Amino acid sequence: MIGTQWACALTGAMFAGFALLHLFGRFDRARWRSAAFWGVYAVLLMVGPYLPDLLDGSLVLVMVGLAAIGLRPGRIGDEDARRRRDSARRLRGRLLVPALLVPLLAGLFSLLLRPLRWQGRALVDPAQVTLVALSLACIIALVAAMWLTRRPRYALLLMRRHQRLPHQMLAPLVEGRRLADAMGWAAVLPQMLAALGAVFVACGVGEAVSRLAAGVLPEAAPGLALLAYGLGMVALTIVTGNAFAAFPVMTAGIGLPLVVGRYGGDPVAMSSLGMLAGYCGTLLTPMAATFNIVPVALLGLPSRWSVIRVQAPTGAAVLVFILILMQCVVYRSAT
Amino acid sequence: MLVLSGVAVIIIGFALGVNPLLVTVLAALASGLASGQGVGATVAALGHAFVHDDFIAIGWLVLPVIGLLESRGLRERVRLLVARRAGVRVGRLLVSYLAVRQVSAAIGLSAIGGQAQSVRPVLAPMVEAAAETAGPLDASARPRLRAWAAATDNIGLFFGEDVFLAMGAVLLMRGMLLQAGVAADPWRLSLWAVPVAVFAFLAHAARLLRRDRR
Repeated sequence: MIGTQWACALTGAMFAGFALLHLFGRFDRARWRSAAFWGVYAVLLMVGPYLPDLLDGSLVLVMVGLAAIGLRPGRIGDEDARRRRDSARRLRGRLLVPALLVPLLAGLFSLLLRPLRWQGRALVDPAQVTLVALSLACIIALVAAMWLTRRPRYALLLMRRHQRLPHQMLAPLVEGRRLADAMGWAAVLPQMLAALGAVFVACGVGEAVSRLAAGVLPEAAPGLALLAYGLGMVALTIVTGNAFAAFPVMTAGIGLPLVVGRYGGDPVAMSSLGMLAGYCGTLLTPMAATFNIVPVALLGLPSRWSVIRVQAPTGAAVLVFILILMQCVVYRSAT
Repeated sequence: MLVLSGVAVIIIGFALGVNPLLVTVLAALASGLASGQGVGATVAALGHAFVHDDFIAIGWLVLPVIGLLESRGLRERVRLLVARRAGVRVGRLLVSYLAVRQVSAAIGLSAIGGQAQSVRPVLAPMVEAAAETAGPLDASARPRLRAWAAATDNIGLFFGEDVFLAMGAVLLMRGMLLQAGVAADPWRLSLWAVPVAVFAFLAHAARLLRRDRR
């Protein structure tokens, strides 16, 4: 079964390339910091699963240490705005093709790969079809982008011969590194928070939370138990940044024993709406880094809360709707 | 109860504005130590979890594509395309994006869109250019427009994907309920996502359109 190992290794190789560019592409004294940060990340992605856990953990600590001291991305020309405008005028619609290829191919591949079978088993791991499709789409779109945006021949002739090939082949890596540097440690945060979620679960943080809630709830209050389940999903999602991490905890802690077991609520409506309540929490928390912190870095926004502030009113309105809907349907549809 | 110290570290750390990466590791250490594991075991657990969540990194494979296109003028091109049509309203533009994002996620195409793939290179420049057709932007308006673009992408994704039967969330719920002895039909699980998706669309679209009127 094809999984995501190869794509992870490829991503690691890409970050290794960023590290090498830092090491050999600039000459200030702070270059080792960024080079080491991306280099260690590359090692973790490429061979991390084969190394002892303690070594992996220590490498994680090294990365965090470097990020805490402060990465110093080298300045690369954002000043060549005129060149970009000229290039936009020359390439026109061709620029949009690879950008649109990524989502279109990712969608197409995930539809095509899902039903494929090999010797009676799914060819691509069904849980990871989207990611496999996305990585394939990125590779094809990159080839398309390199071909469509290649420099005109006369521009190449102006270069020395030994410069031409590296210039063409390294451009994606140089420009990718520019984006990675723009994000800095924020690029690693989603993965780190997911790891924190796993550590929390292993330590029993969820059980502690639900014991706390169950101790507070009064007897014979089905509506309150349901409300506690919904709000608990939101609160735990805000803390862990991930509704998927909150769901098993709250469902095992409050949902199944109280709402379903004691008061006879419908488990299906409860879980479905509970998960969506958790999604509302995701809109409200900086812990959901992929959605709320990465764009802050990518778009150069002034505050960690910039995206969350915009999302909050919609998130709150949807949450109220869900909580009311829960009260209306969870106890009714079971009887 | 001591294991909750990790949660406290998170809340205090984020409130104080400490580097989030550092806060995360400190929270893991706090909860690990409070649960009675040693430092070594906690660091190992963190390393194990980090390495096994490596699929999250795959999304960054898009960086070279987007970086290359940006350096060749993608954002300038997008801006030019929008700037040509006078009278494009920011809110209406984002409402159509929201609809496309929700519907495509609902049929399982959640990889369409995303902060690095589409918000930064395409949606944000579109929105800025649309706003510029109405007049020059001041310095604080630009980040606010970009934040709206990012938020709209998130909301479209979240309240679209749960409608799709094979989505991780539906599979997770089904697995969890099966363990508890409830055989849940995936159809019924995703059924409840529909009214929520409709409401989320109406609520966010109303806010976007009201933004236009200001």
